[in-house]
Amino acid sequence: MTAAEESPTSVGPAAGRPEPGARNLFDEQRRNRRDTWLLLAGFVALLAFIGFGFDLFVLGAAGVARPGGVPLPLPIAASGAALLGMGSAWVGYRFGDRAVLASSFARLVTADDAAPDVKRLTNVVTEMAIAAGVPMPRIYLIDEPDPNAFATGRDPDHASIAVTTGLLASMNRDELQGVIAHEMSHVRNLDIRKMTVVAALLGAVLLLSDWATRLRLGMPSSGNSKRRDGPSLGPLMVVLLVAWLLTVLLTPLIGRLLATGVSRRREYLADASGAELTRNPLGLASALRKLEAASAPTPRIHRGTAHLCITDPLGNAVNDREGWLADLFATHPPITDRVARLEAMAYRRSA
Amino acid sequence: MTGLLALLLVAALAGAAVWLYNSLIGLRNQVWSAWAQIDVQLKRRHDLIPNLVAAVQGYMQHERELFARIAAARTRALSATGAGAVGAAEGALTQAVGGLLAVMERYPDLKANQNVLALQEELVTTENRVGFARQLYNDLVARYNTRQQVFPTNLVAGALGFRPAEFFQTEAADRALPQVDLNPR
Repeated sequence: MTAAEESPTSVGPAAGRPEPGARNLFDEQRRNRRDTWLLLAGFVALLAFIGFGFDLFVLGAAGVARPGGVPLPLPIAASGAALLGMGSAWVGYRFGDRAVLASSFARLVTADDAAPDVKRLTNVVTEMAIAAGVPMPRIYLIDEPDPNAFATGRDPDHASIAVTTGLLASMNRDELQGVIAHEMSHVRNLDIRKMTVVAALLGAVLLLSDWATRLRLGMPSSGNSKRRDGPSLGPLMVVLLVAWLLTVLLTPLIGRLLATGVSRRREYLADASGAELTRNPLGLASALRKLEAASAPTPRIHRGTAHLCITDPLGNAVNDREGWLADLFATHPPITDRVARLEAMAYRRSA
Repeated sequence: MTGLLALLLVAALAGAAVWLYNSLIGLRNQVWSAWAQIDVQLKRRHDLIPNLVAAVQGYMQHERELFARIAAARTRALSATGAGAVGAAEGALTQAVGGLLAVMERYPDLKANQNVLALQEELVTTENRVGFARQLYNDLVARYNTRQQVFPTNLVAGALGFRPAEFFQTEAADRALPQVDLNPR
């Protein structure tokens, strides 16, 4: 608490951070729609580039006749990869939420589940859907003692909110309401669309780049040296080759950076608009403190889904810092900072 | 030349009017659907209250006056019409129910009864749903009314048949919205 108040570290990134509420809901939605399209297009372009390099340096197409090989008239791998990219981009957009939910072993909660804890959860979600003026999302439970929650889906009509059983057990009604309001804000301003697409594409990128690297390294070494002696590899080709190898090797890292960059600043905003829904910032503040105290890793929520959650399920220490390094690698802002902001809102209201 | 300019000017003005009209219609529909949501939640509350009262009355012999107050407030709320009157009647009902929820805290027998706890949760969520539906409605009404009053919309809003919407008022009940903590930990 006190660490956040005197935190001198919040200088750099805080300066560029937009004040919550400064932008309106409509702008947020437009921004998230645009970002989603950029991400999808970037993903397809990336795959096409990887495929293009494969054509150029492995298959020997595009006029670069590989000695002993057959020159291919068409960039087969590039077209294939682009098609594959478009396919998986579409699947990620359309079914990313299901993949995310399935990977965390979430089970759907039905309306007639009468267990008191679950009933209270469905009630609180209904209340927050009413407050936000969005349709009732589907509710999922994850059997997991560590408290955490996330929202996913492509728009408010196709949204899901998942919470762990640990969250139900440890939160009182006000705190649960705060957490659900935070998730409902992600739903309403379309953060869920962008975050789900990132989660889905991150998975695909990791898989494909792993594959490409293995293919490249698995080339027979004689073939490699033969080609390197060939006269066709001009300086432009060398540059391209280096760029291609770098892309293939760095893609997983780029994907991770995207996931963190996307989510970090959104959390402050969702906290603020969540408090606007409940008109009770202290409920969420208290919930966040409990979440921090129980910062044990949540094993059922995987690395690729971490950026969706209300607090980091991996329990990374980097989240507690501010600065460029934390900006790059942390999926969540420091909880003490988030609590301090919420409490400041509460005091402003009562003053 | 001047004819063309005049034509362009008229077209631009007509376009602006159409845009303003459509945005007002969009807001008005949001206000109406928010009102419908309040209606749904109020009906839910009216249906639920007799059940809850029946369930706890036996345990709370000394609170006859409170139950009578709730019943009277419910009757008045059922017969009220118009956003202002409904708001006032429902505000009184909110306060009466809030009183019941507070008094229930004093009866340890009730807290041990699973059925009563389930009903209490129902009551809390009903009150919250009413409160949040009203919050959304009032926020939308504020936006709708402000929209009509700002320049240049104010020049056309009245002529196009838009009137300011009525707020859902509830006297002092706003702050008395029961936030009952069922199981503090």
